[in-house]
Amino acid sequence: MALKIVKGSIDRMFDKNLQDLVRGIRNHKEDEAKYISTCIDEIKQELKQDNIAVKANAVCKLTYLQMLGYDVSWAAFNIVEVMSSSKFTYKRIGYLAASQCFHESTDVIMLTTNQIRKDLSSPNQYDTGVALTGLSCFVTPDLARDLANDIMTLMSHTKPYIRKKAVLIMYKVFLKYPESLRPAFPRLKEKLEDPDPGVQSAAVNVICELARRNPKNYLSLAPLFFKLMTSSTNNWVLIKIIKLFGALTPLEPRLGKKLIEPLTNLIHSTSAMSLLYECVNTVIAVLISLSSGMPNHSASIQLCVQKLRILIEDSDQNLKYLGLLAMSKILKTHPKSVQSHKDLILQCLDDKDESIRLRALDLLYGMVSKKNLMEIVKKLMLHVDKAEGTTYRDELLTKIIDICSQSNYQYITNFEWYISILVELTRLEGTRHGHLIASQMLDVAIRVKAIREFAVAQMATLLDNAHLLTGNTQRNGICEVLYAAAWICGEFSEHLENPMQTLEAMLRPKVATLPGHIQAVYVQNAAKLFATVLRSQEGNTDRTAAQETSQLMIDRLPLFVQSANLEVQERASCILQLVKYIQKLQQKDVEVAEEVNALFAGELNPVAPKAQKKVPVPEGLDLDAWINEPPSESESEDEKPRTMFTREETKHSRPRHTEVDEKELAKRREVRKQEQASNPFYIKSSPSSQKVYQEAPGVDHIPVVQIDLSVPLKVPGLPMSDQYVKLEEERRQKDRADKKKKEKKKRKEKGGRRGKRDSGPESEEDITPAHMVDIVTEEMPENALPSDDDDKDPNDPHKALDIDLDSLVAAARRRPLADSEKLPVRSHRSSEALKTMAEEVEVVAPQEAKKKGGKEKKEKKKDKEKDRKKSKEEKKKKKHKHDEGEEDLMGGQTEEPMVQSETTNDVVAPPPTTTAEEVAVTAVTAPAAAAAAAAAAAAAAAAAAAAVPPAASGSAPDSEPDEPKDAEVDESKSSKHKKKKQKKEKEEKDKKKKKKHHHHRHHSDGAGEESVQNGTVEEEEEPLPPMSNYCLLAENSYIKMMMEDADTVCDIQGNLQDGSQVVVSLIFENKCDSFLKAMEFNVLDSLNSRLQRPDGAGPHDGLTVPFQLPPGVSNEARFVFTVKSIVMPQKLKGTLAFIVKNEDSSTHEKLDFKLHFTCTSYLITTPCYSDAFAKLLESGDLKASSVKLEGIVMPFPHLLARICFHHHFSVVERIDSCASMYSRSIQGHHVCLLVKTADQTVSIDAKCDEPSLLSNVLDEIKLTFSQC
Amino acid sequence: MIKAILIFNNHGKPRLSKFYEHYSEDTEQQIIRETFHLVSKRDENVCNFLEGGMLIGGSENKLIYRHYATLYFVFCVDSSESELGILDLIQVFVETLDKCFENVCELDLIFHVDKVHNILAEMVMGGMVLETNMNEIIMQVDAQNKMEKSEFFPFFSLFADVYLSVYQAGQVDTGRHRRGARTRRIRRKEHESPRNAQEHQHWRHQHKSAKLTLLQIVAARWLPRPADVHQCLL
Repeated sequence: MALKIVKGSIDRMFDKNLQDLVRGIRNHKEDEAKYISTCIDEIKQELKQDNIAVKANAVCKLTYLQMLGYDVSWAAFNIVEVMSSSKFTYKRIGYLAASQCFHESTDVIMLTTNQIRKDLSSPNQYDTGVALTGLSCFVTPDLARDLANDIMTLMSHTKPYIRKKAVLIMYKVFLKYPESLRPAFPRLKEKLEDPDPGVQSAAVNVICELARRNPKNYLSLAPLFFKLMTSSTNNWVLIKIIKLFGALTPLEPRLGKKLIEPLTNLIHSTSAMSLLYECVNTVIAVLISLSSGMPNHSASIQLCVQKLRILIEDSDQNLKYLGLLAMSKILKTHPKSVQSHKDLILQCLDDKDESIRLRALDLLYGMVSKKNLMEIVKKLMLHVDKAEGTTYRDELLTKIIDICSQSNYQYITNFEWYISILVELTRLEGTRHGHLIASQMLDVAIRVKAIREFAVAQMATLLDNAHLLTGNTQRNGICEVLYAAAWICGEFSEHLENPMQTLEAMLRPKVATLPGHIQAVYVQNAAKLFATVLRSQEGNTDRTAAQETSQLMIDRLPLFVQSANLEVQERASCILQLVKYIQKLQQKDVEVAEEVNALFAGELNPVAPKAQKKVPVPEGLDLDAWINEPPSESESEDEKPRTMFTREETKHSRPRHTEVDEKELAKRREVRKQEQASNPFYIKSSPSSQKVYQEAPGVDHIPVVQIDLSVPLKVPGLPMSDQYVKLEEERRQKDRADKKKKEKKKRKEKGGRRGKRDSGPESEEDITPAHMVDIVTEEMPENALPSDDDDKDPNDPHKALDIDLDSLVAAARRRPLADSEKLPVRSHRSSEALKTMAEEVEVVAPQEAKKKGGKEKKEKKKDKEKDRKKSKEEKKKKKHKHDEGEEDLMGGQTEEPMVQSETTNDVVAPPPTTTAEEVAVTAVTAPAAAAAAAAAAAAAAAAAAAAVPPAASGSAPDSEPDEPKDAEVDESKSSKHKKKKQKKEKEEKDKKKKKKHHHHRHHSDGAGEESVQNGTVEEEEEPLPPMSNYCLLAENSYIKMMMEDADTVCDIQGNLQDGSQVVVSLIFENKCDSFLKAMEFNVLDSLNSRLQRPDGAGPHDGLTVPFQLPPGVSNEARFVFTVKSIVMPQKLKGTLAFIVKNEDSSTHEKLDFKLHFTCTSYLITTPCYSDAFAKLLESGDLKASSVKLEGIVMPFPHLLARICFHHHFSVVERIDSCASMYSRSIQGHHVCLLVKTADQTVSIDAKCDEPSLLSNVLDEIKLTFSQC
Repeated sequence: MIKAILIFNNHGKPRLSKFYEHYSEDTEQQIIRETFHLVSKRDENVCNFLEGGMLIGGSENKLIYRHYATLYFVFCVDSSESELGILDLIQVFVETLDKCFENVCELDLIFHVDKVHNILAEMVMGGMVLETNMNEIIMQVDAQNKMEKSEFFPFFSLFADVYLSVYQAGQVDTGRHRRGARTRRIRRKEHESPRNAQEHQHWRHQHKSAKLTLLQIVAARWLPRPADVHQCLL
């Protein structure tokens, strides 16, 4: 035995360790792969040994090889072995390897659960630490679920070292197992105030990550963070918090106002640049969120801009970069304050650092105006000339085009200038963006009619000089512009001064070197030109000219007929035959010009880029369906000629011509110059080119020099954009002068009544465009669908974490953690079953719940319509009360005799526009459940009363915002903010769907929770059907306003401590596109039940709902009702009045509803022990009653769960198909049930000390089951 | 969130790679290559941020890097991290390495990747910053190393308490010096085989810049702007 150990360790000494491996690899530079493969073989041998040290060594080496890119997943099991070693050294190696190469699809991960659990609970903190670190890298949903509870426990470990790791890893757990968020959140929140700064920092870190994705759920933490921000000195934490606030402020502008001051202080006081920068950033976010509201923040903006300027001027490139980055954020809302730093930004364009130049370019984009566009572009053009790197130059080019074309050419006053800029850009070497320039040329020429003449002239010149663009192979990107040039010249050939010349230019042999798709355009447009030329020439007396033109075409076209490009060939041969035919006719002296022109008649209109997408799919057409049977696999493989009709672009035979370059070029140049010299029209087209040639002694004497392409060419005949800057300036001056003159005249006429409006600075509006420009709008198909682009990634894991935590924090009793939400704890039996059960419920619930909701809506629509008409005239004003004191007050009235209220009133939400289809719905099903109260009671029935004050205070701030004295709430007021939050939020429609889903999720949670709690679950084999506490209360929709409607979902929580109160939770969801505000909730009180209103409010005043609803947002409000007698169900009529606010208008609307308080809503789930239960039955105080339910097919456990959930009972005892259940009313009535089932028949024998309550409850139970 | 931490040398050889999201080995290598390509093109004295990290997670992410002597330290982070904060974090990381390896240079990283990983694990966990206090990090790393040793040399633990008290005392007073000296002693005792040391020397000769340890280079580079270092962390 001992010998074996010794032998083992000797073996070990001869093994390679990591250092040897590394050294070996370094020594085998030539045959590294081979060496490593032998090493891997060795490692495989080592892994086969029993000695754990050898294995660990092997795994350690594998980790290194993994970094070099070798797949080591085959050793996953060995890694698990090493992880489970008892020695820390090996354990660490194992976990490291696992963290590097395990992932969700590694199947051995499931073997690790117990090992990790063991390590987590190890007495040695470093074992735990290493396990946590490793787990953070490879946690899977299964691991997260199984270990969440263990990690939760570690969050309160005595060692801060473990605590901080446990806190951090919770984020990963949440991501993989979102259900753990709610149960873990309170503890996480606690950790924000942990005495250890590291733990605190970790908690801040996690919450910031969570809040970044779903900020609105964390608004309630704002006060806490605010406190941290003002007290913490840890810059790292501060940065995180400040960043978090940046995410929260858009949701709650009032938070922003509060933040400005402390942030400004920090900006002034801190010496840490990073902190300063984040402060500035958040102040900017605040200002953006406030921009519409408050004008008084110019000081803050100034401060920000000023600080950013300091950053930008800093010599540290990093600060400069960040300064520019932040500047661009300000630019969006406060362009004016940034524009004053134009000098600085232009200066940054000269920076040697490309990132900084790019940032500065971004800024320029937002800084242009009609006034300075030309100037800025001129500067950029200078940079284009200077820029060395092609990538940066390309970036410049795209930016220039972006800047000019932004918002439909808004800032361009002179399109001649723009065309000439584009033409100048064609001189860029080796740019990739030829097509971009080309598309701009086409766009401008097509959409700006007034510019066509000029554009055509320019394009003709371009075509003439085409060899300059194509001469160098490097420049092939730019030849795309010829595509545009040829097309423009052809399409608008009537504007050409010398179509003949252009035609010749287009038919030059050199054209054959261009890419195929360009040649095709050439050929086609040559035909168009030909038509134009014919027309002009046929007017002449001399017929020979026309015939010569035809001859030219016939001579040149064969070149294209031979083209390898199919498109070119086809077009060319068509046109060739056509021209030959024309020639025949010409020889017979027939006039053909008109007919030829008719070939190309008609105007082309621009079509919007998304037009195709928006064409609605005709009904009954399924685009995804096969028209014919899909071809079999083998067939499709054989088929190859797919490329036939696609462009075979650039590969085309260029080389043969490139060699000719020099000579050819020179020759051509001369020829061209002769042409130009003899062409009287040529010079006219551009004054600047004229100058060039005047300076030269004579055209023939121009020495032909090799063209140095690195110097930007001044192409003769091409206009220089610079001249336009000057011209424009002059023109504007003239305009101004004219205007002044006019004004003077006017003033004279008016007798100088107002003499002050002199020469103020030129405003944007004063600049008139050079020529009347009508920018043709792009066409859209008729009945185009409204665009609904949703960019949300459905796979985003953070979506699942959009969980309402407010309720958890603010009013723990409202929707406390249900058992099913508690983290799964390992136990010996049945825990597995329990888990799967909960899961199943989760899965089924959402769908079913949706279905149900849909059905309900429909049937409710009808009767609500009636109700609405009845009560439409009713108008009410209400105020709202909701105090803790009030509650006590009402408490005294409980014993009074009950009067059943039959008064029903409706809530109307009249449509903003008169025609309306409204739907209002009464809560139909009975599940006015007291989920929250029930659970609370289950935990501690006695403590229920004690829970009132906190609960009330939780809801109180929500309901009293209109009270003037919030002074004392001031600090804690931000908790209120969460309710008012979404003010600015503009949510897409799809958000709404998500929201709905969200609610359903909650419901299903509830369903799970109840059933588990009541202990009926263990034996359950089948999934429980979903059950929901919330039901649709009322809803309406407006036709006119499109999607404009609101609905109200209601959950009546008959709970409550002092036996007389019922809390109703209402979810308001804004389903329309407008902002809903000033919502007033009012209920017509009955004798028996009344809405609690604040002191001093009249009995008919409504309560203001403490929030406003942006489009698509939903929020929840709670209202407290006082009930005197609980033995009868009752209905209350109510109205919700609100204002629908659009950009331009606001309308008052009403929505009627009926609140239905069932008797079961007065019951609280209360656990009862069987002996107490027996005693109760024996006491004889209870009156009996019974009911029989026929045709119940559901399994018995489901039946029980249903009763538990909907009617708030708890199971006392269950024996086979027989169970006893118990519940208590808020006024202390005992209700006992004995449920028996046999052959689809369920008999319920019940006992209660209040017979009418009992009979009502039984009726309700019956109703519940008759509905399913 | 930090998406990945990469260390590679001037030739693009990976010295450490830590991805906080899973990628296949091939993708990882490609990411390293492309990152190297992006980063190595840049001059010294340009800003340390790079956008357009199409590699990991798209445009929301930034590459934040620092170049020390022969090594690039690159952090790929998303928008929730403060840019300057991460720069400081890199600085803390390197300084920690420097303390743990005593004048760290590329060779240390080559031969002791596992240790670098262990140090990193005390700073960043699952993509989130765990600890930024260098002393705390070093303390935890040392304590774990000590534990490792005690597993192999059980007697070591007898001295552990003494050892720790010396260590802590050293921290309280001006003890950086003493602590450094102690580290050196342990190092000699420990792994540094003579062969390795020789190679070390040789290697340093080969690469001129490597004569300076990483941090000295850093100091040289950052000295003109002392305010820069530890902008937020210290």
